[in-house]
Amino acid sequence: MNTKRNFVKTLAMTAIASLTMGSALAADITGAGASFPYPIYVKWAEAYKAATGNGLNYQSIGSSGGIRQIKAKTVTFGATDAPVAGDELTKDGMIQFPAIIGGTVPVLNIDGIKPGELRISGPVLADMFTGAITKWNDAKIAALNPGKKLPDLEITVVHRADGSGTTFNFTDYLSAVSKDFNDKVGKGASVKWPAATSVGGKGNEGVAANVTRIKGSIGYVEYAYVKKNNMIFMQMLNADGKYVAPDDKTFASAAAGADWFSVPGMGISMVNAKGADSWPISTASFILMYKEPTDKAASAEALKFFDWSFKNGKKMAEDLDYVPLPDKLTDQIRSRVFSQIQK
Amino acid sequence: MNMPTTSMEGGHLVSNEMVMIAKKQRLQDFFFHRVTQGFSLLVLLALLGIIISLFINAWPTFQKFGFQFIWRVEWDVINKDFGAAIAIVGTVASAAIAMVLAVPLAFGVAVFLTETCPAWLRRPLGTSIELLAAVPSIIYGMFGLFVFAPLFADFIQVPLKSLLGGMPLIGFLFGGATNGMGILAAGIVLAFMVLPFVAAVMRDVFEITPAILRESAYGLGCTTWEVVRQVVLPYTQKGVIGGVMLGLGRALGETMAVTFVIGNANRMPASLFSPGTSIASVLANEFGEAEGLHFSTLFALGFLLFVITFVVLAAAKAMINRAEKAKGS
Repeated sequence: MNTKRNFVKTLAMTAIASLTMGSALAADITGAGASFPYPIYVKWAEAYKAATGNGLNYQSIGSSGGIRQIKAKTVTFGATDAPVAGDELTKDGMIQFPAIIGGTVPVLNIDGIKPGELRISGPVLADMFTGAITKWNDAKIAALNPGKKLPDLEITVVHRADGSGTTFNFTDYLSAVSKDFNDKVGKGASVKWPAATSVGGKGNEGVAANVTRIKGSIGYVEYAYVKKNNMIFMQMLNADGKYVAPDDKTFASAAAGADWFSVPGMGISMVNAKGADSWPISTASFILMYKEPTDKAASAEALKFFDWSFKNGKKMAEDLDYVPLPDKLTDQIRSRVFSQIQK
Repeated sequence: MNMPTTSMEGGHLVSNEMVMIAKKQRLQDFFFHRVTQGFSLLVLLALLGIIISLFINAWPTFQKFGFQFIWRVEWDVINKDFGAAIAIVGTVASAAIAMVLAVPLAFGVAVFLTETCPAWLRRPLGTSIELLAAVPSIIYGMFGLFVFAPLFADFIQVPLKSLLGGMPLIGFLFGGATNGMGILAAGIVLAFMVLPFVAAVMRDVFEITPAILRESAYGLGCTTWEVVRQVVLPYTQKGVIGGVMLGLGRALGETMAVTFVIGNANRMPASLFSPGTSIASVLANEFGEAEGLHFSTLFALGFLLFVITFVVLAAAKAMINRAEKAKGS
């Protein structure tokens, strides 16, 4: 009887021990939030797992969802496209840093117009999205495109139906360059589109599908979708008065001019960035973590993951049409931000 | 003398055993009863839990806008100004269109399958309807956006607009941009989706009509239509209404397929072609990025959808009861 009980006891103890050992070994990092950086985080996670054996489980549930999850402490890090304000970070005891850079691109569908052929300025683009300009042959568009024949075609605005960081980035830019847009619409992850002929598409793929289908439509998508679907993008007039096409160089140029530590939490807006080569609608995606994490091991592992990805993940980012952070910036993030987290 | 004693003894033995068995059975019955009762109570509990949690989460919105929330025409996330009217109109209109299109079609399908279909075709047709009912809704959504919408724009919207757009009184229904998306498109895709449901239920209930009733009617010289109208329908009324309600319930709550084709514009639809939203599509689209009042407003919309569905089901029940009473008197 006694031996039997002892046996059961040892069995139970080994079971418990192996369970705890198991969880200590596989300190899987969990993260949740923005959908915009999802493809690159997953790619990095795969490579990181192959290199170190430690996995990352990232759930693309949207920026607000990411903020909610990190506040509920159900994840090791949260991810958001719209940066959280500095005072709120201090209040919650969190740090914030950018992890990846990308760009939003206006796309259109008119027969006979080639990608990059049409030029547009921020204020005129804003007028199209507020519904102040309703036809493609409007004098304001024609003035930016001398010599081009534009059709007498109704403009259909295609926007994101779901709340998204892409919409935040785009409306952030339009609000910055057009007072009218700022007053009528404002910036946010989902806004009230005033144009009388607007339709919403779900996700970047939804917007891309609608724009490719509806003649005379204009929409905005992440750069990767422009390349993937070979969409007709526009050249944009930037803050230095130059016309630029969207690509990794113009996104990087916008990032290069940014003064990241000018605001607490590095939550600067990169829209309408200075620099002759800067794409005006560039954006960074941010990571949120606690200074005093409840699970120190997981938190340290997450820092290791980002440290590794900043070092080894540049090529992967470029392959997916993102722009990796420059070395100078990642060094600063390591020394000034990572150091604030208790290990 | 010996015989009876043994038989008595035997009888005593048997009855003892029987008591044991009866006791055991009673115990089994008791537990079975309790367990099944517990399961059913769980359903009730889950339902109550959903309603209560929806209401608690929605409370800030109801508190701010009051009953007006239901008929307010506004959806402005940035200025935190919300109303449910746009989504309610979209939900009810698209579901109504779906039912108007699907119910007669489903009725025809069911009548054909049970009354006039040749026996060799009955099995394959019936199975394919059941298969259609099992297609995931996202497939209907993708089909709707990529295949149906372009065809709908060119071959239905444009002719309808040129034909009926200029008519007085109803002309406004066919105005607006013809880009293949909107309330009507959503209604038609929904009709595709609920058709197999309604048809399958109708077929099943039509089949339970006793053959003797049907054959007697045919024997009296009734046509197929007369048999369906005078014998099958009255006999299966309850089941038919039940099937229609099942379809309506699905149409009201359908999310993905509607999200793909309804156009997702938070504006009051001005015509059948204009894009709109439904409650379910707003929830699907906006939950990920909702915070604060926006978040609780989405719960309030969910609560309203619950109420709408409940009212519809209750109305159907009342209709059945009244019909039963009318038949009884």
